[in-house]
Amino acid sequence: MFNVLWLQSGGCGGCSISLLNAESPDVLTRFKSADINVLWHPSLSEASVDEFLQLLDDIITDKIHLDALCLEGSVMKGPNGTGRFHMLAGTGKSMMSWLNELSEKADYTLAMGSCAAFGGVTAAGNNPGEACGLQYDGQISGGLLGEQWQSSKGFPVINVAGCPTHPDWVTDVLMQLALGDLQYADLDELNRPRAYTDHLVHHGCARNEYYEYKASAETLGDIGCMMEHKGCLGTQARADCNIRPWNGGGSCLKGGYPCINCTAPEFEKPRLSFTETPKIAGIPVGLPTDMPKAWFVALASLSKAATPKRLKDNATASQIITPPGKRKERP
Amino acid sequence: MTRKIYGPFNRVEGDLELEVEITDGVVSKAWVNSPLYRGFEQIMQDKPPMDALIYTPRICGICSVSQSIACANALADAQGIKAESNGQLASNIILACENMADHLTHFYLFFMPDFARDEYQQRSWYADIEPRFRAQIGTATNTMLKARAEFIHITGILAGKWPHTLSIQPGGTTTTASASDKVKLLAILMSFRQFLETQLFADTLENVIQLASENELKLWADSHAQADFSRFLHLADDLELNNSGKIDAHFMSYGAYGFEDQFLFPQGIWTGDSGSITSLNTQLIREDLSHSWMLSQQKPAHPYKGKTLPDPEQLEGYSWCKAPRYDERVIEVGALARQTMSQHPLILDLVKSNQSNVVNRIVARMLELARVIPEMENWCKQIKPNEPFCIQADMPDEAEGQGLVEAARGSLGHWIRIEQGKINNYQIVAPTTWNFSPRDKDNVAGALEQALLGTPVEEHGNKAVLIQHIVRSFDPCMVCTVH
Repeated sequence: MFNVLWLQSGGCGGCSISLLNAESPDVLTRFKSADINVLWHPSLSEASVDEFLQLLDDIITDKIHLDALCLEGSVMKGPNGTGRFHMLAGTGKSMMSWLNELSEKADYTLAMGSCAAFGGVTAAGNNPGEACGLQYDGQISGGLLGEQWQSSKGFPVINVAGCPTHPDWVTDVLMQLALGDLQYADLDELNRPRAYTDHLVHHGCARNEYYEYKASAETLGDIGCMMEHKGCLGTQARADCNIRPWNGGGSCLKGGYPCINCTAPEFEKPRLSFTETPKIAGIPVGLPTDMPKAWFVALASLSKAATPKRLKDNATASQIITPPGKRKERP
Repeated sequence: MTRKIYGPFNRVEGDLELEVEITDGVVSKAWVNSPLYRGFEQIMQDKPPMDALIYTPRICGICSVSQSIACANALADAQGIKAESNGQLASNIILACENMADHLTHFYLFFMPDFARDEYQQRSWYADIEPRFRAQIGTATNTMLKARAEFIHITGILAGKWPHTLSIQPGGTTTTASASDKVKLLAILMSFRQFLETQLFADTLENVIQLASENELKLWADSHAQADFSRFLHLADDLELNNSGKIDAHFMSYGAYGFEDQFLFPQGIWTGDSGSITSLNTQLIREDLSHSWMLSQQKPAHPYKGKTLPDPEQLEGYSWCKAPRYDERVIEVGALARQTMSQHPLILDLVKSNQSNVVNRIVARMLELARVIPEMENWCKQIKPNEPFCIQADMPDEAEGQGLVEAARGSLGHWIRIEQGKINNYQIVAPTTWNFSPRDKDNVAGALEQALLGTPVEEHGNKAVLIQHIVRSFDPCMVCTVH
């Protein structure tokens, strides 16, 4: 049996709600298949109040073994480092302190979502809550637990980043841990599971043909590529959103809006606005991560010159107006 | 006289702490504390106005679309535009999908598992309820999760994903629905209808909508005993839950599911004592900070003028939540308020006989499920796939905008002021801010604080199950309450 405790702090609860969207099969069936025992989850468990606090006490006093501690939401350090912005109800103690204690008891500690991993949207703007991630504060490693921190199994905090996380990302990593299959090498440079961050959001994007010919959308809702003007970061963003779809078949791109790179630290602080591509001398900054810039510019101007009329027409329309084939007129 | 603290609660969205004073075995005073503060209103200061569409849905993972729509409405108001008809239909369908999924989640995952607890072992209905609703293992859970996930495919088609879409815009939606999407949406709705008509109601939605009085509801529950809704009605009858969590507050609705200037469920204010409905005037809304951990203003302010500046040293403060009041009155919002405002005969009869209480709040949610799904089918059919879904307009450098919406849990309002092309002030008043408000300057308690008065408390902690029924009957969303 693999015991999981799931806590929420400075977030929106959306990663839990997303987890409930797991299907074929549902989240509880998935957990059962890997012998995962949910000690407590805020949306699923019966225990409240004293029974829940007793559980925390049993974990801290080693009466119950904790395999995985999951945090959803940022660590709230404010105001002035006191943690008062989130006192765990009924305990008079900050969630920050609880997390310090519980992370020492867990074989693995996981940050579920970008808030818990890096601070996320809760750390946006002037970060009034002094929000940070469990082991990162934005791009800087450290966070609550510190750069050198390791769990009792020798793992850093596993950052299942995303805003929200995809239900499969969460169940994949928990089930792999329960089976003893997940190795340190399965995490990327930000300790995110490579199972989904070895991909780019660009992979499988339905707008790839528009990207190839630099046929660009001009307003939100246009079906062209959103990289040139609309701030899309899909060519840099690390996730498999267009390979492993959301809610039966969706993705941000399919929804008609740009990828905002929500699995990355500090995605919440765009250079200009989320839906506007920053440019220098008309060339977008932040081109595909590993492509030489000169080549990109050369290929872009070449492909732009070769753009078929069909793509040019459709790129700035909200529905396909010029289809690939032409029907014969009816006699 | 003793004082007890209850918390943390689960199966509410976010963290919640409750303090009650017990005199002669009943609650004589209650204080509700929302213990988490994040500071969205401060975060959005000086941001480009359109970026609010990315920040605000992330206030809440369960009311994410409601936040998007309130934001889009506020921006549209600032721009002086109205969304395309197709966009209005698509937004309504996405919002209804979230709201109905939330009603379902509340009933099956958050509320009913409390009746499957050991505390009720001696009750005649326990042998039926326990295997069906026990948290995590009840047979209803898997069935419901499957139906819920498939229903939410609607957002995969129209919103890209849920939670946290950016498809909802001031001028409509970035998504369009093709003719093929349209038929797929209809098929998903039919599948969800079948789930409701076999599991939740064991009857057609149309028959449920026709129920017109408390007596008819009782007879219906007796003749549809296998329906999950009837199971609740029977145990609620046995536990006399219609005498629990009672208040005589006013109801408010901002109006739900607007299309072509008509709401499906109208807006208004319902006055408890007289039972009359008056028109809504949002100018009468004030947020009182007297018992909040907020830097105090001179007097309660309208959200356009309000500020959100946390100050944990406020001596009278006991919550991060502000105390919104309408014309200085405490307000209850939610499905019960909406269905009262729409003057549905069943709800009017229930409220007339027993005000707002635990049972009536649940019945109103179930009735909404029955009433809204057929409307979703109608909205789908009205979509014209080859016409536009979104209009574009410039954002003025100086403007104000108000955005109202009915979330599953009730009235949600956003107020934005734009200066020099940037957000100068953004204030949010969420449904549970109303329902779980702390006291105001006149020391008048909020809706839940009033609803708990007189509740018998025989056992404490998790065993004080009645207190939990009352709290959860509001379907609180704490991450919206304080954002």
